[in-house]
Amino acid sequence: MIYLRLFYEFFKAGLFSIGGGLATLPFLYDISDTTGWFTHGQLADMLAISESTPGPIGINMATYVGFTTGGIPGAVIATVGIITPSIIVILLIAKFLQAFRDNKYVKGAFYGLRPASTGLITAAGFSVVMISLVQLDLFRASGSILDLLNWKGLLLAAVIFVSTRLFKKLHPAVFIGASAVAGILFKFAGV
Amino acid sequence: MRELLDLFWTFARVGGLTFGGGYAMLPILQREMVEKRQWVSDEELMDYYAIGQCTPGIIAVNTATFVGQKRKGIVGGIVATLGVVFPSLVIITIIAAFIQNFADLAVVKNAFAGIRVCVCVLILNAVIKLLKSSVIDKATLVIYVVVAVGSILTSLSPIVFVLLAAVAGILLQNWKGAVSK
Repeated sequence: MIYLRLFYEFFKAGLFSIGGGLATLPFLYDISDTTGWFTHGQLADMLAISESTPGPIGINMATYVGFTTGGIPGAVIATVGIITPSIIVILLIAKFLQAFRDNKYVKGAFYGLRPASTGLITAAGFSVVMISLVQLDLFRASGSILDLLNWKGLLLAAVIFVSTRLFKKLHPAVFIGASAVAGILFKFAGV
Repeated sequence: MRELLDLFWTFARVGGLTFGGGYAMLPILQREMVEKRQWVSDEELMDYYAIGQCTPGIIAVNTATFVGQKRKGIVGGIVATLGVVFPSLVIITIIAAFIQNFADLAVVKNAFAGIRVCVCVLILNAVIKLLKSSVIDKATLVIYVVVAVGSILTSLSPIVFVLLAAVAGILLQNWKGAVSK
């Protein structure tokens, strides 16, 4: 039964996420919220691994979430689910290639879809910020405004941001690896 | 049959060699599809890519379906797509199985706490890049802000925002067209 639900959820993600890469992320957060299969924190970890391994990020994420939820069959079903809409839509479009590109309704729809997709990714990024840089629980417990933000994390974020701007050619896996080392050295999880 | 196998393995190689998908895949596709095998022309590939970017789904998958379809029809489209996702399935399943066993170690917890900070920055960088191509005037800025804030503050499904934005885009474009005439 969980397999059917997995297929359905990832089919939806494949059908409605536009623009590739991180465009699937907002849908995965939605799946997390509605099913409780995995937490937002786990999702951030999966994203980091998906970015540092070969293969399209969306596919890696689908495989990862599918595996976490339903083992190897889950991984296969989630991945098949997310690619099924693509196969159907592209096979249809391939038949009417030119007409599709020049259609004014199609153009208009994408004019609106592109900023919306960016907006959804921004919101997904916001929820990663909330779990990694903001410490609401600690703030509520201590009442001290200094406890609201994770200062170690903010400093690391600033260093990474500047480095990604300076070394644009470096692969994200390099920054992910460096952050893992920083996390271990400075005990980011506090354990 | 041989040609289908060839399609599968060629795309499996593309999937296995690409880190990050999207634009990272283009140079590898060009080398494998255009230069080495002459399956498609440079222009065709760019067309597929452009359409793959603005149709539902993952760009790499959409492009694979396109090229496969051109080579061997519907079956070719499906085989090429299965090829491009095959390495992900194998690699990620292995990694996921490993990490589940070590997730409770302090060193793994600390590492991932650091990695999450990095994920924030990577998403921020992606957003900065996307903003340049998607927010091109006041109307698209409004759509961006409304969707971002709406999605943060409400628990509405992203599907709702996607559908509303498509409708808004069509209405705005037609209205602008009417004004410029």
